[in-house]
Amino acid sequence: MTIERKFKIGKPILEVKNISLSFGGVKAITDTSFDVLKHEVRAIIGPNGAGKSSMLNCINGIYKPQQGTVSFKGKEIPNITPNLMAQMGLSRTFQNLALFKRMSVLDNILVGRKLHTKTNFLEVAFQLPKVKKEEKINRERSEEIISFLEIEDIKDTPVGKLPYGLQKKVELGRALATDSSVILLDEPMAGMNVEEKRDMCRFILKVNDELGTTMVLIEHDMGVVMDISDRVVVLDYGKVIGDGTPDEVRSNQKVIDAYLGVEH
Amino acid sequence: MMKPVFMTYTKKDLINLAVCMVLSVLVIPSFITTEYWYTSILIPWLCLALATIGQQIVMGYTGQLALGAAGFMAAGAFAMFNLILRVPDLGFVGSLIVSGLIAAAFGILFGLPSLKVRGIYLMVATLASQFFIIWMIDKFGWFKNYDSSGIITAQDIVILGKPFTTPLAMYFVCLAVTTVLTLLAMNMARGSTGRNWMAVRDMDIAAESMGVSLLRTKVQAFAISAFYCGVAGALFAFCYLKSLEPVAFDIKLSFKILFMCILGGLGTINGAFIGAAFILLFPVLLNAIGNNVFHGAIDATIISSIEQVIFGGLMIIFMIYEPLGMAKLWENIKQKWKTKIPSSTNLKSSLGKKT
Repeated sequence: MTIERKFKIGKPILEVKNISLSFGGVKAITDTSFDVLKHEVRAIIGPNGAGKSSMLNCINGIYKPQQGTVSFKGKEIPNITPNLMAQMGLSRTFQNLALFKRMSVLDNILVGRKLHTKTNFLEVAFQLPKVKKEEKINRERSEEIISFLEIEDIKDTPVGKLPYGLQKKVELGRALATDSSVILLDEPMAGMNVEEKRDMCRFILKVNDELGTTMVLIEHDMGVVMDISDRVVVLDYGKVIGDGTPDEVRSNQKVIDAYLGVEH
Repeated sequence: MMKPVFMTYTKKDLINLAVCMVLSVLVIPSFITTEYWYTSILIPWLCLALATIGQQIVMGYTGQLALGAAGFMAAGAFAMFNLILRVPDLGFVGSLIVSGLIAAAFGILFGLPSLKVRGIYLMVATLASQFFIIWMIDKFGWFKNYDSSGIITAQDIVILGKPFTTPLAMYFVCLAVTTVLTLLAMNMARGSTGRNWMAVRDMDIAAESMGVSLLRTKVQAFAISAFYCGVAGALFAFCYLKSLEPVAFDIKLSFKILFMCILGGLGTINGAFIGAAFILLFPVLLNAIGNNVFHGAIDATIISSIEQVIFGGLMIIFMIYEPLGMAKLWENIKQKWKTKIPSSTNLKSSLGKKT
C-alpha cells in the first residue's frame, strides 16, 4: 500500500510477556509474548483450540493467567479486571456475541458510553440539566456510530431479534462507542457470508484509518486476515509459532505445517 | 421511537399521565363514595404497586432474583413508627423518606451476596433478609416500643399540621407518593441508570467490559429497590393496616409481590400497576362470583383454594407463552388493534413517511 496513513504506526501500546494459562491440567497458553503497536491492525490467528480467545480474555482481565504480565500504555497492570481495562481505554467484542439481548440497538451502543457518563442515579432520577446535556452528547455519538455502521434502520429493534451478521455489527458499534484506543475483536467475521465479511473488513479498516484505533483481531479466515492486518501473530497449541508481516507469516514453514498438516 | 418532550417522558406518556391524574383525582373521588373501595382496594393497590416497582428494579431490570420485598417493607414500616414516635420533628414526609433510606441500608446489606451467587441461590440468600428483619423486630422490644400486645396502632398521619385520617385523605397521600416515585423510577429506568441495570441483567461480563461496575450496579439496584419497598411498607402500615405487626409482612406477602411482578411483566413500570391490580382484584371478583352467581353455595375456603389454583396456573401459562407478562400482552393487543383498523391519521402518517 502506498497510501499515506493519517495515524502512523508508533510504539508498543500493549505488551504481553510470558503469559501462561492453564485450566487444571490443561495448558491453554504456554509462555507467550507479543506486542501490539499503536494504530496498527494486529491479527492473532491459529487453528481451533490454539488459545486465541483465551489470550484475549487474559488481556482483557476475564481470565487470570498463572504467569506473565500484561502492560498497557507503558504500564504493567498487576490486577487486571475487565472494568479496569475498560477504564484505561481497552474495549472488546466477544466470540459468541455478548449483546444485551432485550435492549434496542441504540441502547446497546449507549451502554458503550458508560465511561463517558458521570452523572449518578439521583441526578438521573430528577433529570437535572447536566444529565440532559450528557445524554444528548452520548446519543449524538451513538447515532454517529450507527450511521457509520449503516444500521440506522434497525436502531430501535431489540438486538435479540436481529440476524447474526447484524448483531456482530452492533457489537462492534458498542465497542466503538467507548472511544477506546485499543479494540479487541474476537472473531468479528465468524459465521458471516462473503459480502458481510467484506463489509466488516471495510469497517475495521475505516475505524483504524479515521480514528487511529488500534485493532487486535482474532480470525479463522487466513485470506481476510492477510489482507487487512499490518502484523500477524500465529498461535498453535498455546505457543507462538510465527510473528511478523502477513508475507513473512505466509512463508513461515511452521505456520504452513500447522495449517496444512505435516507429512509423516 | 418518540422523542421525549419533558424529562424522559414522551407526549404519549404525558397524555397517559394526565388521563390517570384526572381519573384518580377528579373522577374516582366524585363517583366512588363507599369507604370499602378506598380502604380495601385503592390504598393497598397503590402501596403494593409501589413495592412491586421496587421488586421490578431489582428483578425485572437488574435481573437479580430476590425474594424479600416484604422484609424491606417491614423495615420501612417499623422505621416509620419509631421515627414518628421518637423524632417527631421530622414530620410525615421526612419520616417517610428516612424510613425508605433505612430500608435501603438493609437492601445494601442483603444485596451483597448477589456479587457471589446468582439465580435460585441468590433467591435463597435474599430470603435471609425476610426472616432476619422480622426476627429482629420481634426479638428486640425497642422496635415495638415495648408493646406487649403484639399489635401496635399506627399513629395518625399529620402533614403540615393537617390530619389525614379519612380514607379519601389517606388515598390521596398514597396517590401522591406513588405518583412521584413512579415518575422518578421511569426516569431512572429510561436513563443511563436503567441501561446499566439492564446491561447487567442481559450479559454481565460484557457490561463489565464496557466499564459498568457489577458491584456498584447490583448494590445500587438493591438499595433503590429496598427504598421503594420501605416507603411502600410504611404507607401499607399507616394507610391500609393502620397497625403494625411483623406477621403482616411475612413471606406470603413477598411471594404476592413476586407474582405481581411476574404477571404484570418483568422489566416494566406499568406492569407493576397491572400486576398489583390483578392480584388484588381477582380474589374480590371470585368472591363476588361465589356470592352472586352461586349464592354462597360454594364454601369460602374452596373459593380461596380456587384462587391459588388459578394464580399458579396463570404463572405457568405466562412463563411459557408470555414471559413479559400482562404489560406486554396489553401492548400486543394495542398493536393488533392498530394494524387491523388503521385510523385515518395513522394512514396519513405512514403515507407521509414514504413520500
